[in-house]
Amino acid sequence: METLFACCIGFLTFCGIFLMLRGRTFPVMLGLTMLSYAVNLFIFASGRLTLRGAVVLGSTEHYADPLPQALVLTAIVIGFAMTAFLVILAIRARADLGNDHVDGKLPNMGAAKRESR
Amino acid sequence: MTLLWILLLPLLGSLVPVFTARWNRSACALASAIPPALALMLLLLHGQQVFAGESLRFFASWVPQLGLDITIVLDGLAFLFSLLILGIGLLIILYARYYLSERDSMPRFYAYLMLFMTAMLGIVLSGNLLQLWLFWELTSISSFLLISFWWHKAEARRGARMALTVTGAGGLALLAAFLLIGQIVGSYDLQQVLNSGELIKQHSLYPLLLVLFLLGCFTKSAQFPFHFWLPNAMAAPTPVSAYLHSATMVKAGIFLLARFYPALSGTELWFILVSVTGLATLLIGAYLALFKHDLKGLLAYSTISHLGLITLLFGMGTDLAAVAGLFHIINHATFKASLFMAAGIIDHESGSRDMRKLNGLWQFMPITATLAMVAAAAMAGVPLLNGFLSKEMFFAETLHQHLLGSLSWVIPVLATIAAIFSVAYSMRFIHDVFFNGQPKGLTKTPHEPPRYMRVPVEILVALCILVGIFPGYIIGDLLHAASLAVLPAKVPEYSLAIWHGFNLPLLMSVAALLAGTLIYVNRKHLFDFQNTLPEVDALNSFERGVKQFAARCDRLYQWLDNGSLQRYMTLVLLSFVLLAGLPLTHLTTLWGGREELPIDAVNATGAIMLLIAAFATVVWHRKRVIALLMISVVGLMVSIAFTRFSAPDLALTQLSVEVVTIILLMLALFFLPHKTPKQSESSRVVRDLSIASMVGVVVGSLSYALMTRPFTSISDFFIANAKTGGGGTNVVNVILVDFRGFDTMGEIAVLGIASLGIFKLLTRIPLFKPSSDGEGRPWAVERHSLLLSTVSQSLLPLAVMVSIYIFFRGHNLPGGGFIAGLVTAVAIILQYIAHGVDWVKERMNVEYQRVVAIGLLIALATGVASWLFGRPFLTSWFDYFSIPVLGKIELASAIAFDLGVYVTVVGSTLLILANLGKMTTAHRPVHKETI
Repeated sequence: METLFACCIGFLTFCGIFLMLRGRTFPVMLGLTMLSYAVNLFIFASGRLTLRGAVVLGSTEHYADPLPQALVLTAIVIGFAMTAFLVILAIRARADLGNDHVDGKLPNMGAAKRESR
Repeated sequence: MTLLWILLLPLLGSLVPVFTARWNRSACALASAIPPALALMLLLLHGQQVFAGESLRFFASWVPQLGLDITIVLDGLAFLFSLLILGIGLLIILYARYYLSERDSMPRFYAYLMLFMTAMLGIVLSGNLLQLWLFWELTSISSFLLISFWWHKAEARRGARMALTVTGAGGLALLAAFLLIGQIVGSYDLQQVLNSGELIKQHSLYPLLLVLFLLGCFTKSAQFPFHFWLPNAMAAPTPVSAYLHSATMVKAGIFLLARFYPALSGTELWFILVSVTGLATLLIGAYLALFKHDLKGLLAYSTISHLGLITLLFGMGTDLAAVAGLFHIINHATFKASLFMAAGIIDHESGSRDMRKLNGLWQFMPITATLAMVAAAAMAGVPLLNGFLSKEMFFAETLHQHLLGSLSWVIPVLATIAAIFSVAYSMRFIHDVFFNGQPKGLTKTPHEPPRYMRVPVEILVALCILVGIFPGYIIGDLLHAASLAVLPAKVPEYSLAIWHGFNLPLLMSVAALLAGTLIYVNRKHLFDFQNTLPEVDALNSFERGVKQFAARCDRLYQWLDNGSLQRYMTLVLLSFVLLAGLPLTHLTTLWGGREELPIDAVNATGAIMLLIAAFATVVWHRKRVIALLMISVVGLMVSIAFTRFSAPDLALTQLSVEVVTIILLMLALFFLPHKTPKQSESSRVVRDLSIASMVGVVVGSLSYALMTRPFTSISDFFIANAKTGGGGTNVVNVILVDFRGFDTMGEIAVLGIASLGIFKLLTRIPLFKPSSDGEGRPWAVERHSLLLSTVSQSLLPLAVMVSIYIFFRGHNLPGGGFIAGLVTAVAIILQYIAHGVDWVKERMNVEYQRVVAIGLLIALATGVASWLFGRPFLTSWFDYFSIPVLGKIELASAIAFDLGVYVTVVGSTLLILANLGKMTTAHRPVHKETI
């Protein structure tokens, strides 16, 4: 199972990084969301995988590690706050600058077509 | 304690001139002189003890973790230098009173001078390496202020900048050397370092640290090839030159050589580096001094030459040579300070320092001329003056060294040659200025200076003569005490007599005097030859070098910081791959010995769905709505993974955050383009794919290696104490609100701050108003779906009830403030979606900023409340109560904290979504509603 889990983390990282390297804000936000899934799973995995071991006292024989879970729980919520901030920043940048490129200006490439507003 | 005051008095003294600025000039100078005079008295009080060979110590702990303590050590060497610094400093204060004109800001000058004095005293009195370095840097900075005192002159600014750059760079090298020494010895205490000489010298890093150390010394003491800053620092007012370049600044490097002589000297490398540098400096300085037409220029190169001489003495490695070095430090300080002051008087009273204009001044200022001539004679090494004595010792030592093996005879010859030039430039200083015809083209008629301006020169010249005639009587004790500090093992026998009989050193002196006179008389030929050599302007070439360096840095910076986020990300990610990937290559196998769990069908299906959805997101990322749908599948799968692997709290959180995130991104799509234009070139795509796969491979391998390793965790403590200490059975929740409550507090604060930031970003945003979606279809005319509004209304109380339930059971079963908050927020958002902003506002007019603030305050108050019971911040409390009907229930203060979390989460989420949602409706084309 660990192999599969690690593959999933690696693949999510791959997808997240690739999207984050795109030039427009929306794919970057998607990439960041994807990467935070990967990171959360990674931190979670540092407590090792446990089946049927929810850390509610008295419910089971062997417990999972509760500490990474607590860390990840807040990480999820903060991740949401950061994504939201980024989204609004992107909207604001689009509104102020007239394009949605991450650098705030379109690169001077021959192929680049000026986006019509 | 009095030791500390020796250091503190001048520091406090730097404030005195600021407060006495309104008094008249003499009063200001007098007041400024009081603190250093007191310090000098304190110093002299300790004279008896120091001469008896004692080493006085003051110790106060400062930052013991860093090995940084305030340690003041007053031994013979420190005493000698402190005496020079304070004594000559006082003379400079008197001299500057008359030197500075009405236009110059005297308080500023004195304040800088006193600051510099403190820094110098700090260097010589420090008993801790780091503390010493601190003062070392302070001398660089305060000398910068002094050199650039006439900041309206470009050359002063440039000269000061150069001095600061060179000595500052040397200071960094010195710091590195000190840190290495500290690592090797295990302490920054000077005494311990000096006692660990053998340990340092046998260490493999010794060559490196020695080179770094010498770089620091040589830059400060203007040794070749770093000598060029000193002549350019002559743009400073003459009192500054007299102080910095005779007794203090440039002697700091020499001081360090002497200070660390017991610890670092005695190796082949030390001899070669120090003696060769000293010899080169001695020769170059002496030769170039002759050709300077500027009085101060001549003295500057002469200073360089004498510093070279002292360095050479410390490089010879014999004990007697070290004593001679110390002796010459004293002598050079006295005659050079008086010469600089004399040069300043000449400049002040005749309006020029150019020796081509200055001639025959004897008739205008006979007393000054006499004084200057005596001092210059001391510089040349004429018998019965102090310069002669130390030069004799120097000659004697050059004859006894074996530095260059069979070629060692070269050194006395070269030393004699340097002495010849020294005689020649001293002759020039005397003959060219005071005799040799009449002055040419001076703007004013030269005359004697004010009476008291001459006093410092008189005192110093008197010292030159007294030391020259009665060396043992005047200076014997001082020199012996200083030698004891440099040569703790044994001070060699030496004799400070003026007559040692007819011997080789005397012959060398006589030869130097005769040959020097000869060269001076025939100087015209030498000047002609020198004129044919191309002139190197050190200032310009240095500045050009600095500019080129800056330009190169600028280019590197432009390459790194070209404004492209993609570039930055690429660099950061590649470094990540390098830093995290390289250690992985050292592992022979990733598997760490822990048995893997079996794969069941559900998990496999989930994983496959996750992979497919993630892949689809990437493939369709340019069709934004579809990509959004796909990523929501990924999020769902992640939350299922949490459920499967025993983390129900995480699953619930992930699920509710997923809902909120998707709503947020949907809203965002209203304002952003719905499609991403194809822009990346294929090469770019290939590059990004390879970077992403490298990172993915590294992260995946890392997590596999992590998961298959057995481990122990601190979590056992939490599991054991959750019930007894925190009063809850859901350990994750107890960790959040109790064990690590302070972390959670910070986290909800971040959440609140982010939402407030968003609120601010959304105010007065210049929105464009899309009237149709990406496909060109106009937005729906019908505002709210009837079905949704009906269902949502009845859903709200249910959802709120569920969230209350989740909230209360959170302490014992999966749930808690975070999840309950998100559920409530989602239920309210649904009302917005179903009915619109106005409808909700009519029924629930809440400012969400306030909600966020209230939530944070509740959490804070819970924490503060524990103070009332004399407990640390956020100490939790719980107890069980028996209430009729309900039975036994538990009340915990953590519930109140969790309430704060709940309220903050609700407030923040709604602040973000409701405000963004308001934008979409506010700008929607208005359609008349038919009722």
